[in-house]
Amino acid sequence: MQFDKHYLPNGLEIVAECNPEAYSSAVGFFVRTGARDETDAESGVSHFLEHMVFKGTPTRSAEDVNREFDEIGAHYNACTNEESTIYYANVLPEYLDRAVGLLADIMRPSLRKADFETEKRVILEEIHMYDDQPPFGADERCRAAYFGSHPLGRSVLGTVESVADLRVEAMRDYFGRRYAPANIVLVGAGCVDFDHLVRLAEAHCGGWASRPVTRAMCPPEPQTPLVTIHKEIATQQYTLLLSPAPFDDARQRYAAKLLATVLGDDSGSRLYWELVDPGLAEHAGMQHAEFADAGAMITFLCCAPEDAAGNLARVAELHRRAGQDAVTEAELQQAKNKVCSRVVLAGERPRGRLFAVGVDWVCRGEYRSIEDDLKAVGAVTLDDLDDLLRRYPLLPAATVTIGPLKSMAAPTQ
Amino acid sequence: MPETIHTHTFPNGLVLVAEQMPWLRSAAFSLLVPAGCAMEASSRGGLANFTSEMVERGCGSRDSRRFILDLDNLGLEWNDFVSAAHAGFSGAAPAENLPAALAIFADVVRRPHLPAQELPAARSLMLQELRAMEDEPAQKMATELRRRHYHEPWGRPPQGDLPGVQATTLDDVRGFFARHYRPNGAILGVAGRFEFEALRDTVGELLADWPVAEPPQIVEQPARQPYLHIPYQSAQTQIGIAFASVPYSHPDFFRAWGAVGVLSGGMSSRLFTEVREKRGLCYSVHAWHHTLRDRAGVFCHAGTSAERAQETLEVTLGELRRLAEGVRPDELARLKARIKSRLIMQQESSSSRSGAVAGDWYHLGRVRTVEELHELADRLSCEAINAYLAASPPGDFTIATMGPSPLEVPVAV
Repeated sequence: MQFDKHYLPNGLEIVAECNPEAYSSAVGFFVRTGARDETDAESGVSHFLEHMVFKGTPTRSAEDVNREFDEIGAHYNACTNEESTIYYANVLPEYLDRAVGLLADIMRPSLRKADFETEKRVILEEIHMYDDQPPFGADERCRAAYFGSHPLGRSVLGTVESVADLRVEAMRDYFGRRYAPANIVLVGAGCVDFDHLVRLAEAHCGGWASRPVTRAMCPPEPQTPLVTIHKEIATQQYTLLLSPAPFDDARQRYAAKLLATVLGDDSGSRLYWELVDPGLAEHAGMQHAEFADAGAMITFLCCAPEDAAGNLARVAELHRRAGQDAVTEAELQQAKNKVCSRVVLAGERPRGRLFAVGVDWVCRGEYRSIEDDLKAVGAVTLDDLDDLLRRYPLLPAATVTIGPLKSMAAPTQ
Repeated sequence: MPETIHTHTFPNGLVLVAEQMPWLRSAAFSLLVPAGCAMEASSRGGLANFTSEMVERGCGSRDSRRFILDLDNLGLEWNDFVSAAHAGFSGAAPAENLPAALAIFADVVRRPHLPAQELPAARSLMLQELRAMEDEPAQKMATELRRRHYHEPWGRPPQGDLPGVQATTLDDVRGFFARHYRPNGAILGVAGRFEFEALRDTVGELLADWPVAEPPQIVEQPARQPYLHIPYQSAQTQIGIAFASVPYSHPDFFRAWGAVGVLSGGMSSRLFTEVREKRGLCYSVHAWHHTLRDRAGVFCHAGTSAERAQETLEVTLGELRRLAEGVRPDELARLKARIKSRLIMQQESSSSRSGAVAGDWYHLGRVRTVEELHELADRLSCEAINAYLAASPPGDFTIATMGPSPLEVPVAV
């Protein structure tokens, strides 16, 4: 595998991990924009825009776009989160040129008013759909509680009101501010010839006008309230905890991923043995999330409402113990084995590498091969975990619980 | 068969079917045991799932902690599942760890401890799974739709039902295990990097002396009423529609399956275009083909705001009926492009091929190679699909809805 990078004069970056042996090619435009880059009046516009990008360009109707992706048998989609919006296609190598041409064209969408009004109804249905699934709202509510007024506290979907009130002019304005070439990376993985990819990018994206782009960055001031959201129709109780975690230091980030695996992997972790194996919770786990100016350790819990307070106390006790009752060498090794195996398995598909390479580059401007990741995981020591827990204690944590409970007592933190 | 696919039938009936993919670093397995939920007594809904949970709570020389620790240390990404016909255990790991992983799962299916003290915890997890499904309206609706489309016991959900899970005793679990965890009817699919002779010897040592047991007699009961509404105070109404199709082994399968691809595969498909893109009625609308060994169904799902549910039902039913008029050459061309890229991309994943080869053996008693599948796709023609659709037009629908109020369902469904 060979990594290469190149910049077009207008600021567009092109990076790729090329593997001529691969069966397929994956390409994607990674745009550094998401919920954190919105104003109150625009809440939800990043995600709405992601839908509108598929609605056509000056030379293609929405039907043309969908039809052409299907004509090349593409596995394609898009997603929006707090700080990035990603459009990608996984195709057979013979269709790479068409895939890049099509993706590049839709990155300059028409944003027609009639399409905007029709798609608004689809977005509102998406919000209603998640509203009927209690676990889905919990993560946004918990980020809001933890980050407070920091941009990372913003909702990705927006609300029924903010989306209903949004005007197409506001979306066009947002597009103009955020979709400048210097804010976009074209990422390739799998069977890709880098020089050819650069030529395609020059042909399709070279004419995009450059424009400076900024993003407000500041360290968050974490809040740690306990918020109870009463949801009449829910059956189970869903609880999330957020606490600080590293985001920039590589050694600390890998330590955080391993700590989350030791304490909260889906199976075989401390949370699993404490809560899931005995049948106290349907699901309990932890994961480490990283953003441009903050990291977060997220703990989640799904259980019967009557067990929620007791289980939350058990989680708090476990988090408290993590600092004192040190992680053992055997636990660390077990976590390393799992994490390394996942890296290898996910790396077998170009689609898996596209996201790994793209996110590393967009978030940190660095390339890490599969071997680099395996080495970094292998190098983490117990001292690193101790150091991590001293710098980033798991308690106190922002806590949000959604479900049938009208109130819940806070565990002693 | 080309030499990359190997099969071996052991004297006790167990079939090993394996596909070599030497370009991968991983190997994956999928072990299907004929212990699915169709084998449950009707008063013990969920017993197959309960048993599958219990066999993993200690087996061979391992208690349940050791079991998970050993799997984790092999870096095995593993999963268990229950379908109408099977209890399945699957996993993927770096190739050199495959034999050790198979040895552990041989203990799971032959030497589980089924300990009395684990029963309450397993039951609690089963109950929580049932409760969590209440918070996923689309899944809940789909479960009820399948129950009504197929004759009992083929439409049962693996989660079972509340009375069944509450009534289950340790004797039920031990009895179910003794009757249904057997080699005759079991299939072990393997794909990835391995040497076949060594693999066959390993599997022989682990499973060749697994004693056979008598297959059960299954008595069918006709399905219930064609329309069911489940009242639920949600923002959206979930709509499900099912109609009969032909199973994977049927000569018309690829025609029936291709027609479903035109209906719902890719964003240019008919349902996505008519229901979502043109009318903005839904965020989520799709249809899929589901096959059992001797029968099959096409299932459709749409979720939309209650006030637009009636229109969504009518537009969706209209598209299903219009399918009988046939598919167009341009639709077929896109379908073929999708099939081709999906087949080639399957070569990137040992997990997906191990599941496919085991499934092929169950349905056909042989494995369709990727080359044969390419040929079948090439041979698909509009004439063939349309002749099938004219002879078997979508109709005789089973419908389920879940939401604030029932819909008007056309009398002659």
